Amino acid sequence: MKLILTDEQKDLSASVRAFLADTSPMARVREIAESAESYDPAVWRRMSGELGLTGLAVPEAYGGAGFGMSELAVVLEELGAALTPAPFFASAVLAAGVLVQLGDESAAKEYLPGIASGSVIATLAEGTLHSRATDDGSYLLTGTAPRVLNGLDAGLILVVADSPAAVYAVPSDAPDLVRTPLTTLDLTRPQARLEFAGTPARLIGPLDATSALARTMDLASVALAAEQLGGLRRCLSTIVEYAKLRVQFGRFVGSFQGVKHKLADMHCTLEQAESIVRYAAWAADFAPDELPVAAALAQSFVGPAYFAVARDHLLLHGGIGFTWEHDAHLYYKRAKSAELLLGPPRHHRALLAQRLGLR
Amino acid sequence: MTDLDEYSRKARAWLAGHPAPADPSVSDARALMAQLYDAGYSGITWPAEYGGQGLTEAEERAFQQATRDVTLPINVFGIGLGMCGPTLVSIGSEEQKRRYLRPLLRGEEIWCQMFSEPGAGSDVASLQTRAVFDGEAWILNGQKVWTSVAQHADFGLIIARTDPEVPKHKGITMFVIDMHDPGVDVRPLRDMTGQSHFNEIFFDDVRIAPDQVVGEVNGGWSAAVTTLLHERVSIGMGSARTDRPAAYENVAATAREQRLLEDPIVVDRLVDLYLRERSFDLLNARMSQEVKAGIFPGARGSVIKLLLAELTLYSADVASEILGPETVAYDSEENGKIARALAWGPGMALGGGTNEIMRNIIGDRVLGLPREPQVDRDMPFRLLKVGTQKEAEA
Ligand SMILES: Cc1cc2nc3c(=O)[nH]c(=O)nc-3n(C[C@H](O)[C@H](O)[C@H](O)COP(=O)(O)OP(=O)(O)OC[C@H]3O[C@@H](n4cnc5c(N)ncnc54)[C@H](O)[C@@H]3O)c2cc1C
Repeated sequence: MKLILTDEQKDLSASVRAFLADTSPMARVREIAESAESYDPAVWRRMSGELGLTGLAVPEAYGGAGFGMSELAVVLEELGAALTPAPFFASAVLAAGVLVQLGDESAAKEYLPGIASGSVIATLAEGTLHSRATDDGSYLLTGTAPRVLNGLDAGLILVVADSPAAVYAVPSDAPDLVRTPLTTLDLTRPQARLEFAGTPARLIGPLDATSALARTMDLASVALAAEQLGGLRRCLSTIVEYAKLRVQFGRFVGSFQGVKHKLADMHCTLEQAESIVRYAAWAADFAPDELPVAAALAQSFVGPAYFAVARDHLLLHGGIGFTWEHDAHLYYKRAKSAELLLGPPRHHRALLAQRLGLR
Repeated sequence: MTDLDEYSRKARAWLAGHPAPADPSVSDARALMAQLYDAGYSGITWPAEYGGQGLTEAEERAFQQATRDVTLPINVFGIGLGMCGPTLVSIGSEEQKRRYLRPLLRGEEIWCQMFSEPGAGSDVASLQTRAVFDGEAWILNGQKVWTSVAQHADFGLIIARTDPEVPKHKGITMFVIDMHDPGVDVRPLRDMTGQSHFNEIFFDDVRIAPDQVVGEVNGGWSAAVTTLLHERVSIGMGSARTDRPAAYENVAATAREQRLLEDPIVVDRLVDLYLRERSFDLLNARMSQEVKAGIFPGARGSVIKLLLAELTLYSADVASEILGPETVAYDSEENGKIARALAWGPGMALGGGTNEIMRNIIGDRVLGLPREPQVDRDMPFRLLKVGTQKEAEA
């Protein structure tokens, strides 16, 4: 079990942090959040090209760098800390993840290199969807995926349909596909509703992809926890700095025990969350048997932990924290939307109970 | 296999070959320490010239890991090995190291740590026990309290006031004292578990030779801080799973036997217990790996001490909620495990510094937050208000 970063991983983290501080500072994040854009294409190009982040965990055979979850987690921590608006989670985590897990050689060859290079943005769509086979061996999809991450940005949509579940590929310009943007609490991460009305689709992988999808979701749970850890750490360091500057009653507010003890508890939460994320990433890479429990553990703990810390960091700013101009609400909203992204905490706790053999 | 793996493997084999007696006594503990010493598992990181093994934190942690699932009944040596010994290793004189360390490692001498007093606990720098130099020796008078294992101890580290005219942190000195001195009166106190883990101690003209000063005269505060840092790391990171009768695995197994898992509330409580326990264990494991990599936890020892205290209290509480009234009304030792955990919980949250003090330390020293205003910092000790005050004076 490896719970501390290697020197190479620390270097990776430092270079991603420096890149994001330079190209995607909070002022820029805000600009994008308040515009109709969902991300900055120039930053995306450099992130995926120059830094190779989108291909980091894609196998070398498909144009990636072949690293594991431990490295991907380090990158996601920085993206989560900087709140960078980008289709990274949709494309490099969910879509790339499911393509790797499905083990469909020809689909992987066709789609993964584009995702790895960043030239294709892909996403994963789930909902109430059905497929119908046509005479020529292709499929038609019908139904609705109510909330699809970066559903409008994606050029390639990987759709989960039927029960047992199978995965289908649909290009975004396919006929009989309607994409409607949703209003999201989190301004840095767009979602859309996708309606399929006999949309032509290509089957990828087996007709029963249950186990590949379960593993994809477990890996995504770990990846999301890493992103949440980054946000949590940033919120804590921001409010600690503020508590050292803000004076009331002739004292720095950080010297009041009501504040100090809350910050100390937040720090304890950070220490635990980091330990869980390192462990879960290690399990993803080296102990596949432990992954199901580790993934459910990660989302059950880190999701609510991030929201609690983001909430308290906002509150400890006082009135300024409630203003639109302050960044605190951006983190608060991201923390809440992330906590629910792969199912609410009760879903992950139920999974954990099941996997621990409690039910 | 690395050398370290080999070391762990040997340690495990050794431990397996030396099972603990069912109801270990103090002399069993002494005997076991002697065996550990002979096998090279006592004072793993302590300098070899004083009886240690001169190895690194890596071996120490490997040995600790190996002991996680067995009971090593040497608690009576815990204070000596975890606090007094390391203090002497870092700031003791050459003669002190030569005289005291080897017998401690061999299980020949038991140590206690006398800091707390009736008027000075969290604020231990307000202590009132006095030591006055009479030209030849220091003469000690006063009282200590809550001193763990003092009833068995041969020696103890004590801090006493040696100059009341200066501010409280500046007039304290640390000494080694002989617990068998006729002027030392140790009276066991019965604690809430019904047993006597700690004592009160009265000192009546105890003579201390000048060479028993640890560190500098009036430099006792920094010596005490050294001891306390060791204490938190050793309490937090030294916790073995066998010390937790309300551990998730045990509670889940009992709940299953009693067919309680059909209740979704029970299942959710167990999930909660699992989350708290696992997050603590993983943090503990991560800090061990940091220590192995050469990063000493320092004040972060308070994080692990605080979380362990909270976990100990919480797990006993939630276990009793899950398993119900039979946890508090029982007919055998075995069935009284949760009751004993409930009774022991507060001890974990008080000894070694309270939860509030741990949060102060994390805030001040880990996060670097501004300190609270201190009314007593620069005032001569003699003018300070100390301990429990009568209402009229308050
Ligand atoms: C099982 C056990 C074993 C022990 N073993 C030893 C031992 O071997 N040697 C030894 O010297 N001592 C020992 N102690 C004593 C222990 O260190 C003290 O009890 C502890 O430090 C608290 O001091 P106190 O009892 O005087 O409480 P007080 O300091 O009077 O505390 C009362 C309350 O006030 C709070 N408080 C105090 N100061 C602050 C502050 N600045 N900010 C916020 N809250 C504050 C405390 O958290 C507590 O809730 C032991 C105690 C226990 C329970």
